[in-house]
Amino acid sequence: MAEVIYDHVTKRFDSVVAVNDLTLEVEDGEFLVLVGPSGCGKTTALRCLAGLEEVTSGDIVIGDRVVTHIPPKDRDIAMVFQNYALYPHMTVYDNMAFGLKLRKVPKQEIDRRVKEAAEILGIQDLLNRKPRQLSGGQRQRVALGRAIVREPQVFLMDEPLSNLDAKLRVQTRGELIKLQRRLGVTTIYVTHDQVEAMTMGHRIAVMNQGVLQQLDTPENLYDRPANLFVATFIGSPAMNIFPAQVVGGDGTVQLVAGDVKLEAPPSHRNRLADYVGREVLVGIRPEDLEVVAGNPESEGGDTVRLPVELIEPLGAETLVHLRGPAGTLIAQGEPRIHLDPGDVVTIRVRKDHLHTFDPQTELALF
Amino acid sequence: MLAAVRAALTTYVPVLPFVVFALFPYYHMAVTSLKADAELYNPLKNPLWIQDGATLDHYRVLVRETLFSRWYLNTFAVSAIATVASVIIGLLAAYALARLRFPGVGPFGVAIFVTYLVPPSLLFLPLAIVVNHLGLSDSVWSLVVTYPTFLVPFNTWLLMGYLRTIPRELEECAMIDGASRIQAMRRIILPLALPGVLSAAIFSFTLSWNEFLYALVFMGSGHMKTIPVGTVNDLIRADVFQWGPLMAAAVLGSVPVAVVYTFFVDHYVSGMTAGAVKG
Repeated sequence: MAEVIYDHVTKRFDSVVAVNDLTLEVEDGEFLVLVGPSGCGKTTALRCLAGLEEVTSGDIVIGDRVVTHIPPKDRDIAMVFQNYALYPHMTVYDNMAFGLKLRKVPKQEIDRRVKEAAEILGIQDLLNRKPRQLSGGQRQRVALGRAIVREPQVFLMDEPLSNLDAKLRVQTRGELIKLQRRLGVTTIYVTHDQVEAMTMGHRIAVMNQGVLQQLDTPENLYDRPANLFVATFIGSPAMNIFPAQVVGGDGTVQLVAGDVKLEAPPSHRNRLADYVGREVLVGIRPEDLEVVAGNPESEGGDTVRLPVELIEPLGAETLVHLRGPAGTLIAQGEPRIHLDPGDVVTIRVRKDHLHTFDPQTELALF
Repeated sequence: MLAAVRAALTTYVPVLPFVVFALFPYYHMAVTSLKADAELYNPLKNPLWIQDGATLDHYRVLVRETLFSRWYLNTFAVSAIATVASVIIGLLAAYALARLRFPGVGPFGVAIFVTYLVPPSLLFLPLAIVVNHLGLSDSVWSLVVTYPTFLVPFNTWLLMGYLRTIPRELEECAMIDGASRIQAMRRIILPLALPGVLSAAIFSFTLSWNEFLYALVFMGSGHMKTIPVGTVNDLIRADVFQWGPLMAAAVLGSVPVAVVYTFFVDHYVSGMTAGAVKG
């Protein structure tokens, strides 16, 4: 077990910068998720750590060793690939034992470790089979088993669940979390699935276009996104974003977008003070737009009335598409809500959860 | 029952004409080699049938009155050594071209292919100088060093196509597991590339076995000949063709290749198709 440090790591492929000046510290025993859209550099970052790609500049540290120019076999890591990369000509047992045999681990020790890992993963009965005789879920377990028996300092996982069907993915996700907590091995996990990221990671590193956007706990990432990209990438349905004019006067600050006027909560006043007379981007998550039943008397500073465009009943919740001041706003309503397109509804805005972003830098205003 | 009949009708009957077409020369060769000269040179006899009884005379002539067994040994030695060497070199080259990233990897691959396109009838002149310079004339080594000039490019291209079908992750995973590149290649890539390697070996062996021009130029003297050159030199005297021994030599000469093909036919087919689709 060890900590992992990326120290100003840059990886260029010809003219394309895949990873741009990545600096990141992963604590000992931590489960860190690298997440981002495809092509964001997360897999390249992982491959640099594995030693499968030579970094263009910067250093990588595992434990107390700088491993930047050390070949993969000497980095004491184990990796689970998206397509599992099981050796097709070997049995499950040999697949799991391969790395240990190469390291000249004694036979009894190999046997003990393979059987132990097989038991943890529930694949004791499959040890004599070849990979082609296994289902997708079983292959995934074997790939995990092959990593576990090595007892490495760091686990690297490159979208290991993406080839499983939806049900198995949810189940395996839970097992993987328990396994990691139990073994306590530092794990770096790459995914493009933000649900996986939110549920699995102690901390999440969001990447876009080779640049680390934010590194934080799932809660902070959700509640305090550092910029517009993180705000819209994390959360489903995505955060509503619309431009609004900042209007100030006698101790209050208002956000004005078309007919909608929102009084900024006191917590926002300071940060918006500099933007009076200018435009900012306002972000609000669908669950922070509450559909109010009936027609409340008070139409104070925290409610707005908007026409309904579309209803999406999802069972546990209903997504209400509203015609907002600048494009569609999505509100998350109660299940079995009765609304029709064209109805005008009252929406209560949970202003404490309002996010504001600078329109030029796209950074969050704090 | 009905299904079996239908399967036979739809599978074997359509194939039959092709089988007949392919096997006819072999049949004609074998029949001719077993005929007595009297029947062989009688134009009134059916050329496709033995009417006056079979004889092994021609085989006897071949073995006792020519250096056929020596030619056989020469051909076998040359083909085997050239094949093994070319497959090993071709595999390493193909691996480098398919897997490693270095400047000029693309043009290098093309250049190897282009050398394959240079006709041997053009290449044998400079090669003769090289062979003489190395002092290898009239030895099997002259062919062992020259056959790879056309075998290596072919093997490289065949195996490049094959190696590209093997997922890169397998060997990356092996290298993370603790293997060096060579270990990963030997323990992971090689077993998986075996069909391709066998295809390359069979093809190389056949090409070497049948090769004529270089064998004719570089191995001139009586006992240092290969089967194709020896039979043509010693069994065709001016315009006199000794058809019986010639056909007997052809039958015996084709046996090893036939055996090799039969043994590895499944591997051969999978190797060829895998290379073809992804190459």
